[in-house]
Amino acid sequence: MDMLVGQLLTGLSTGSILLLAALGLSLTYGQMGVINMAHGEFIMAGCYTAYVTQQVIGDAGVSLLIALPIGFLVGGLMGFILEALLIRRLYHRPLDTLLVTFGVGLILQQVARDSFGAQAVNVSVPEFLRGGVDILGTTLPKTRLFIMALAIVAVTAVTLVLRFTPAGRRIRAVVGNRDLAETAGISTRKVDAATFFIGSGLAGIAGVALTLIGSTSPTTGQSYLVDAFLVVVAGGMGRIKGAVIAAVALGTLQAVFETNSTASLAKVGVFIVIVVFLQLRPQGLFTLRTRSLA
Amino acid sequence: MSAVSKFFQSKFGIWSGFAGAAVALFGIMPLLLSGFRLGLFAQFLCYAIVAVGIGLAWGRGGMLTLGQGVYFGMGAYLMAMHLKMADAEFRNGPGAVPDFMELAGIRSLPAYWAPFASPVFTIAAILILPTAFAVLLGLAVFKRRVKGAYFAILSQALAGAFAILLIGQQSLGGFNGISRFQYFFGYTINDPVNQQMLYFIVAAVLLAVVALSLQLRRSRYGELLVAVRDSEERVRFLGYDSANIKVVAYAVAALLASIAGALFVPVVGIISPASIGIVPSIMFILGVAIGGRASLLGPVIGALAVAWAQTTLSEQFPSAWTYAQGLLFIVVIALLPGGIASIPALAKRFRFKNNAEAVEATA
Repeated sequence: MDMLVGQLLTGLSTGSILLLAALGLSLTYGQMGVINMAHGEFIMAGCYTAYVTQQVIGDAGVSLLIALPIGFLVGGLMGFILEALLIRRLYHRPLDTLLVTFGVGLILQQVARDSFGAQAVNVSVPEFLRGGVDILGTTLPKTRLFIMALAIVAVTAVTLVLRFTPAGRRIRAVVGNRDLAETAGISTRKVDAATFFIGSGLAGIAGVALTLIGSTSPTTGQSYLVDAFLVVVAGGMGRIKGAVIAAVALGTLQAVFETNSTASLAKVGVFIVIVVFLQLRPQGLFTLRTRSLA
Repeated sequence: MSAVSKFFQSKFGIWSGFAGAAVALFGIMPLLLSGFRLGLFAQFLCYAIVAVGIGLAWGRGGMLTLGQGVYFGMGAYLMAMHLKMADAEFRNGPGAVPDFMELAGIRSLPAYWAPFASPVFTIAAILILPTAFAVLLGLAVFKRRVKGAYFAILSQALAGAFAILLIGQQSLGGFNGISRFQYFFGYTINDPVNQQMLYFIVAAVLLAVVALSLQLRRSRYGELLVAVRDSEERVRFLGYDSANIKVVAYAVAALLASIAGALFVPVVGIISPASIGIVPSIMFILGVAIGGRASLLGPVIGALAVAWAQTTLSEQFPSAWTYAQGLLFIVVIALLPGGIASIPALAKRFRFKNNAEAVEATA
């Protein structure tokens, strides 16, 4: 019983890390159908934002709180620029977008390598997040709890923005039917730019949070990207709800596999589960019902 | 259509093209390149074989497979297992444990290694195993109409999972992979004559693979494949099962990658998870994109060019080469999706437009 609870909690915490990394993707990939391979590098940019902020400010607690909004801005601006310069021109060529943004990611990685060195850097964890908390007989590090809380806040914020603000309504309209939205007077260009800004900004926030549980190197983002994509694929296009459930499910699966075998077999296991799952639901957990053929 | 391209479309033109390529590969290159460089060129040719497969699956079939490293790795590891078994047998008699296992503290031979003592079994495995895996995965994915970006992401995840799996296997060399081979089917690998022989084998395989690709392109199946790429629904409405068509192209691409991997091992002398993971898999794509994904020779030329640039530039200017790679991805795919192969046609259209303007101006 204890072991089950432990695995579930580890799963939840792995899941919330996945979710933070995947949330922005489920906006840009899920809602706009744009595959942004540079998303991982936006996460990496968030990590380095946290690092630089801490170098400037010094106090770990204050710098973490300041780095979160700055990370959002840094990631968001990078996404905004990328959308305006490249992605906008490739909306009808999703596979090409994938490769082009991979090129962007390569360049960003090298920029990070040239400015911060290839060696991993560490951000010190603030005093109030050190140590662990006992929950039902399992000790969970406070940093992981913080990430869980952050994931919950981020999901809630995105859901609220999408549901109740005018900007969110416009985003949903464009996702639902681009042509009709445009006919109704919505500037789809502006909406696309805004969606990309928010999605990439979330990557920046994820990056800042991930410095709490690991060191930062130029390839940090890459290691999260594939898992994040799998979350979006399994969750289904255009559904935050799907991303949340898929992230938690994949996190738990990984935790269960890892305790019963090795970490390397766990990755393979998760992959097999996803392929089998797509047999049952090729479009993911939740789908937008459309009559289009694509 | 220009006179040159018309010539190469004719039966005589194709034969003379192959003859020219054979003369260049078998006659001229060995004269031009010294032993070490010829080995390097053989390595590039291995990448070109992978590229032909990607050109078929991606360029003609529209399936962006970001996981060819998996099949490349399968072929390579299967071959490496056989070479290691043969080496060990030569030193310590049948059933001996390969040297890297002794270093890792593995005393007895793992059961799944034993059949690879047989060269026939190994070659059959190299040809059948990856192809069968690709057919199974392809059926699972394409029958359920998982396609486009979903497929690309899945194939990439597969490459990542495969590399991680291999790193965890101490009986396959783990992170360091398998290296230091002495014999290739009974011939010493270090002998320059045998190395040249290896180069000839690789070159011959590349020619055969290009011929196979050409044959597929010109067949009814090739037409169907392009039709599926351009409008899968329409092909389905006409009564074809588009999934089967895609599975075949995907499996052929996997087979070619596996053969290339199997040749790569004796040529280069090492295979490790680092050369088959996510990044190497996507790098295979770069050459194909630059050369022209849908053309016959574009992938070959692109792969050779990228591999050459990689070896000459990456050591001297590692940082600049990475920037160049990134820029190439952006520029080629965004601005020149047809690759180098499309430049003649584009130039012609450009000239046409200028002429049209000139005509208008005079009118």
